[in-house]
Amino acid sequence: MSEVMNVHAGMDTAHAAHQDDHSHHQQSFVSKYIFSMDHKTIGKQFLITGIIWAIIGGLFSVLFRLQLGYPEQTFPILETFFGKWAKGGQIQPEFYYALITMHGTVLVFFVLTAGLSGTFANFLIPLQIGARDMASPFLNMLSYWFFFMASVVMISSLFVSTGPASGGWTVYPPLSALGQASSGSKMGMDLWIVSMALFVVSSLLGGLNYISTILNLRTKGMSMTRLPLTIWALFFTAVLGVLSFPVLLSGLILLLFDRNLGTSFYLSDIVVNGEILPNEGGSAILFQHLFWFLGHPEVYIILLPAMGMVSEILSVNSRKPIFGYMAMLGSLFAITILAFLVWAHHMFVTGLNPFLGSIFVLLTLLIAVPSAIKVFNWLTTLWRGNIRFTPATLFAIGFVSLFISGGLTGIFLGNSTIDIHLHDTMFVVAHFHIVMGVASFFGMFAGVYHWFPKMFGRYLNSTLGYIHFWVTMIGSYLIFWPMHYQGLAGIPRRYLDKRGWVSFNGFPELDKMITIVSIIVFAVQLMFVFNFIYSIFKGRKVTTLNPWGANTLEWTTPIRPVHGNWPGEIPEVHRWAYDYAKDGREFIPQTEPIGENESKH
Amino acid sequence: MQTIFIVAILGLGFLITFQIAKASEYVAVLRGEEKARKQTNKVNAFMLLAFLIIGLIGVYYCNEQLKGKILGEPASDHGVLIDRMLYITIALTGVVFLITQFCLFWFSFKYQESDTRKAYYYPHNNKLELIWTVIPAIALTVLVGFGLFYWFKITGNAPKNAMIVEVTGKQFGWEFRYPGGDGVLGKKYFKNVSPEKNNPAGQIWEDQYNYDDVFVEQEMHLVVNKPVKLVINAKDVIHDVGLAHFRMKMDAVPGTPTTMWFTPKYTTKQMIEKTGKPEFVYELSCDQMCGKGHYSMRGVVVVETQEEFDVWLAGKKPQYLVANPDKDPASPKKDSASVISNLPAGAIPTAMKTKN
Repeated sequence: MSEVMNVHAGMDTAHAAHQDDHSHHQQSFVSKYIFSMDHKTIGKQFLITGIIWAIIGGLFSVLFRLQLGYPEQTFPILETFFGKWAKGGQIQPEFYYALITMHGTVLVFFVLTAGLSGTFANFLIPLQIGARDMASPFLNMLSYWFFFMASVVMISSLFVSTGPASGGWTVYPPLSALGQASSGSKMGMDLWIVSMALFVVSSLLGGLNYISTILNLRTKGMSMTRLPLTIWALFFTAVLGVLSFPVLLSGLILLLFDRNLGTSFYLSDIVVNGEILPNEGGSAILFQHLFWFLGHPEVYIILLPAMGMVSEILSVNSRKPIFGYMAMLGSLFAITILAFLVWAHHMFVTGLNPFLGSIFVLLTLLIAVPSAIKVFNWLTTLWRGNIRFTPATLFAIGFVSLFISGGLTGIFLGNSTIDIHLHDTMFVVAHFHIVMGVASFFGMFAGVYHWFPKMFGRYLNSTLGYIHFWVTMIGSYLIFWPMHYQGLAGIPRRYLDKRGWVSFNGFPELDKMITIVSIIVFAVQLMFVFNFIYSIFKGRKVTTLNPWGANTLEWTTPIRPVHGNWPGEIPEVHRWAYDYAKDGREFIPQTEPIGENESKH
Repeated sequence: MQTIFIVAILGLGFLITFQIAKASEYVAVLRGEEKARKQTNKVNAFMLLAFLIIGLIGVYYCNEQLKGKILGEPASDHGVLIDRMLYITIALTGVVFLITQFCLFWFSFKYQESDTRKAYYYPHNNKLELIWTVIPAIALTVLVGFGLFYWFKITGNAPKNAMIVEVTGKQFGWEFRYPGGDGVLGKKYFKNVSPEKNNPAGQIWEDQYNYDDVFVEQEMHLVVNKPVKLVINAKDVIHDVGLAHFRMKMDAVPGTPTTMWFTPKYTTKQMIEKTGKPEFVYELSCDQMCGKGHYSMRGVVVVETQEEFDVWLAGKKPQYLVANPDKDPASPKKDSASVISNLPAGAIPTAMKTKN
């Protein structure tokens, strides 16, 4: 081990020399900000692209909430903007389904996968493990640009005359395979597949890079068990992505074949619009297995980075070590393994063999154990702390609250008996928006507020941050809590107008309320974006190296870290990242050697 | 005009909020950042506690407002089990929810930053961690145990005496086929589907079992207290047979038939009395995204007594005779048609079979 470390140290000095060399000639604008190989810049590129996507995806949800809240009303302005898609100011069904499909695709993949783990894995991994950059800065750059190309293709699909993909973000065939069945399954669907293929490439390039960086480029003394939990979470996220995204890609390629080459992987016995198709022998359910083999780990790809950052932020701001570091690690590991073994709980009512279903019930509910451990450990971290409520802390606390609420409803849905009734109802919508959507967003916001000073050398305005937190927190519960009742009443998902039903038309007032609140919450997110952009240029300047009094390595770099992160040698690490309130000292940075009389933990 | 107005107001609100936020930053710098920070810390700690209390009141209020709007008593025997499981889960998770949310916000409030307190160095406690690994594990074992017990009851084989109905989803409606007196659905092949030739289900006319099968659209009739097994198909894309009042659901997959069974407990008429809603009907909803008409893919289920059902079915002509009028014994002689329709269900096919 020590030999490896020595080689490592040698590399570091070489790097440092190279670094000195660098400062002599200026980088051009293009190589510094556009085709940059600096992990910090790439992280920011992911973040800003993610923010743009979040605005688009959020706007889509506001549009379809208008339809849900006010199905009888017309909004002429919509026709001005969207023409035939909102004929007479009324959102057409095709438009509605395109909106929900794009809302799901954009937020799940482009915002909460690329925007969240792309941003923080890139930004934090080298800084927190003590590396000059990623293992392969070039692949890292490619990872962003593949994501960018995926974005361009996805955006272009919005402008196709037959509309973008509109069979739901899960794109189940045969609906997504047959242009005759839905206009969104024409050109728009091919573009969706191409875009997702590019996205998978981006995610694999990124993921492999994160894994090899964490395993190989840790600074001297940074053993795996001294890594901050953020890094562990990002590591497991990358492992999940690398193992599951290729399965999605294979599923999508078969779908592409079925669509364009006349194969029958997913198609059998189909009479669509009076036309009898020749396909026989395919299985529509096969796609669901392939899709959810990614789809379920994807939930954790979204959630784990948020968990990691929340652990770090709660510990720093309660001025206390994270409680049960090894248990936190173990539960992350357990979640990662179990994430691969539960996919069929999305398919309890597809005609799945009930015995097979029962095994997935068991494995699914097993995930609640590591999740419970994490929650209890976060609570104990807060217990007897000395908590500073920065906007980041508040968002981290909000994350825990939402994770509890949404996690518990997962116990309903993971139990196949209850799932028979609740499957594909609004209950599911409420559940996954709270636990995966909003909770992960809270983790992301916590991360942005916490590391913004490191990213841009300035602070975000915290008054706007507090307003942002409180409105979003209250709004999220107002939107999604009562939605569970719609699900208990059996209202199916993806119903844009319930007036034709006797059983489902009991909630018009509730739908109006949810719509109004979601518009307010969306407006407040725009305020956050404004705060973000304004503060990059005009925010209050950071004047100290370590504004939060944190132990981790990123706060030992200059206020605006250079390309290569540390101007001199990379600091050596002597302890774990959580020595807060130890031996009467408020915090002891990882770089400080263990003292002679120091107590053990 | 109105829109411009709203946008202008929003913009103005934005601007004002921003100015206040900026000013507060300057004030903080003037008054001493540390002091200002401590003050906001207190405010936020208080807000967290207030959020807990108001939130819990909100949860209660929300339940009071909405509990009457969920479906009420389940209308099938399986529904009773599913609802019981639901309430067991609500009780158990409810307790966990209250305890954890209370701890989260109370700790946040109680341990807010204060000059008089030092954070407590408490990195781990193996005993404690073991306890809260084991307790959730036990609780979940209970839930899994109940869940699987009910699950196997619900998904087990249908009773021998169950009636069979074939349900087929298509964009955007429902088709039903009854096996007639022989109790067996005739074979079908999707390439035979031809509404023009009066064969919307694609039945194979060479199969004897098809002679008495009755085909209807949009409305399914079931017998109260009699188990029914649904054989579920789809013609074009994946649909889902959603029966909210019976708490049942099963996907309809093209090419892969699925089944589910249950026993309706109340007739439609009884449900009208129970709910006090004269407009009550059992509705069959499509619960799987199936295209632009997904939200309107509605079918009606009529649950009635055996006598009512027999009369209804007897009034339907087997699709075989609709498609092959030359084979219809009723068409040449008007008299015998009325005779046949007066016979109890089941008598027709026997008569048919002897004829062919």
